[in-house]
Amino acid sequence: MNASVHESKSGTAPLAPVRGATLRTRGGLSLRVDVRAALVGLALAVVALGMSVVLIGTGDFSMAPGDVVRTLFGGGTTIQDYIVNELRLPRVLVGLLVGASLGLAGALFQSVSRNPLGSPDVVGFGQGSAAGALTVIVLFQGGPNEVAAGAVAGGLLTGLGVYALAWRKGVHGYRLVLVGIGASAMLSAVNGYLLTKADLVDASRAMVWLTGSLGGRDWGQVVPLACVCAVVLPLVLGHARELRMLEMGDDSAYALGVRVERTRLVMVLGAVVLTAAATSAAGPVAFVALVAPQLARRLTRATGPNLLPAALMGAALLITADWAAQRLFGADQLPVGVVTGVLGGCYLLGLLLTERRAGRI
Amino acid sequence: MTRHPRDGRNGRNGGDGEDGKNGMGDTEGTGGTVGTEGTDGTDGTDGMRKDTRQRLTAEGLTLAYDRRTVAEDLSVAIPDHSFTVIVGPNACGKSTLLRALSRMLRPATGSVLLDGQAIGSLPAKKVARTLGLLPQSSIAPDGITVADLVARGRYPHQGLLRQWSETDERIVGESMAATGVAELADRYVDELSGGQRQRVWIAMAIAQQTPLLLLDEPTTYLDIQHQIDVLDLCAQLHEEQGRTLVAVLHDLNHAARYATHLIAMRGGEVVAEGPPGEVVTAELVERVFGLRCQVIDDPETGTPLVVPAARRSRTAGAGTGTGTGTGTGAVAGGAAARAMAGATAASAAAADRGTRPPA
Repeated sequence: MNASVHESKSGTAPLAPVRGATLRTRGGLSLRVDVRAALVGLALAVVALGMSVVLIGTGDFSMAPGDVVRTLFGGGTTIQDYIVNELRLPRVLVGLLVGASLGLAGALFQSVSRNPLGSPDVVGFGQGSAAGALTVIVLFQGGPNEVAAGAVAGGLLTGLGVYALAWRKGVHGYRLVLVGIGASAMLSAVNGYLLTKADLVDASRAMVWLTGSLGGRDWGQVVPLACVCAVVLPLVLGHARELRMLEMGDDSAYALGVRVERTRLVMVLGAVVLTAAATSAAGPVAFVALVAPQLARRLTRATGPNLLPAALMGAALLITADWAAQRLFGADQLPVGVVTGVLGGCYLLGLLLTERRAGRI
Repeated sequence: MTRHPRDGRNGRNGGDGEDGKNGMGDTEGTGGTVGTEGTDGTDGTDGMRKDTRQRLTAEGLTLAYDRRTVAEDLSVAIPDHSFTVIVGPNACGKSTLLRALSRMLRPATGSVLLDGQAIGSLPAKKVARTLGLLPQSSIAPDGITVADLVARGRYPHQGLLRQWSETDERIVGESMAATGVAELADRYVDELSGGQRQRVWIAMAIAQQTPLLLLDEPTTYLDIQHQIDVLDLCAQLHEEQGRTLVAVLHDLNHAARYATHLIAMRGGEVVAEGPPGEVVTAELVERVFGLRCQVIDDPETGTPLVVPAARRSRTAGAGTGTGTGTGTGAVAGGAAARAMAGATAASAAAADRGTRPPA
């Protein structure tokens, strides 16, 4: 147990040493705050925002962090203002929102499926979005907005399809993951077929999109994504307590008065919508949804889905990965998906090794 | 430690004797349950221990999984303040009945009534403040401590702005004390032995503070000492806190020893019900389990003790047996008989030690 485990405001020795600090009012309201999780969340938010400032200052026209902050608050020169607020801020905002959406979607999915591999990109939602986008690019030669719409449609259809196929008087975690992996395999075949049908220009456009990139993002991508987050985030966080109870198995959750199927439907829908929106804005950025919740959990050491820390971890990860993609390889700017893919691969290997050592595989 | 479910509400109920009933309607109830209670009370005096009212009943249930029908036209009533045990051979529908009673399984026809209202139509959290369930399998979240897990039993009493009240804290502490896991409060649940873990889950169910508590095979996977230990704990909850317990048990002798009300099922039907002393007879055991046996007085408790007939006389008399369904019944009966040999010795030892296992 860590040091911040128990701080009781009542003054007397605690009868039940539960985790976290308790705030109580005379009126009978009481809040329980997991101190460690809150601190981790704060630290992750600081990292994400700090890296955002650094990232905005990075590029051919580089700026000191102080200048960036001043310009963000309206104190820069005209050129600085144009570069920061028109060119680079939208890209960073898209990065933050996509990272947070993917991190949150991953946390939701892993919690619902009770499986650390149950993330939206593993169970085919990413492939579904890709199939939608590729269809638009290859068959209809659509522009960026149509591609985004295609990605959303593909992701949503895949999500609903997987949920419906996995449904048998309720959806069980492992069935959701298995059906999702099957859907993912089929969709990647479809995507491969679409790519072979494409002409050279479309194919190279498609490949960039498929890798996941934040390059050239503007306010047109920020606004819809922010709207989706503004709707889904409160909805999902409002059900976080139910989701915690679901971890103990359906029967236990039922016994405690959780509306199990409803909670699961809300959470899966939320995860599908978040993934679809994020993918339409930045392409199927690999592994963030898989890695962020697990890393957040290692840091908070808290049970439960760790929704907010996972979202903040996703944002911090993606921004840092984008900075690395722009800086670490000299003049060649890489799509951010390449970096997250490498990070995610390392994570997956590490997970396999530790699980193997623990004798679980 | 003589906590009673009814004083878990911070005196909100005042002098009302209906355990948690008013509490049950405290946030969203429209008085419906309380009203129902008033009208169907046969003796008119609230809170009398002697009454034979039944808060939990099932009428004309057809229970089915997908296309397989487990029971048809099944009706049971759980007497208030009883320790009801449901017994029967494998696949007789006893666990299915428990799932229906706890609204986990929606009956194809018929209905389960809680305080006169269809349980499926009541708000989930409201039911969870009246009726608790210890399922057969639960998952302890990774890295959770005993205190945190037990605290989750308070969920139906909590809300977005009432996450951890002093009452919650007190009741969680008391529940851990009552189940003997207070010393383990800081330990991780993954580190505990099977017997300790089962106590922790029971502590969580107790912390839910429900006047009715259903237990689905609470002794499965435990060795004989811990089986007796868990049953002693249940008996204690029943006697000291006046809770109504309903348990599915495999072992007929355990059932006869601990139950105040026995429901014997076979093939989806209730074959007999009543006090174990009246229900458990050699004739009934043969009818329910297809096992020839003697029923003698338990030398420890005086309750009925089922002693299966020796193999030789059973095989000799097989032709005159009931002939239907003896396959599974004989297996279950045999298992019960084997367990029984150790049971009396171990339970006597447990009684001597005052029921607590070594931690």
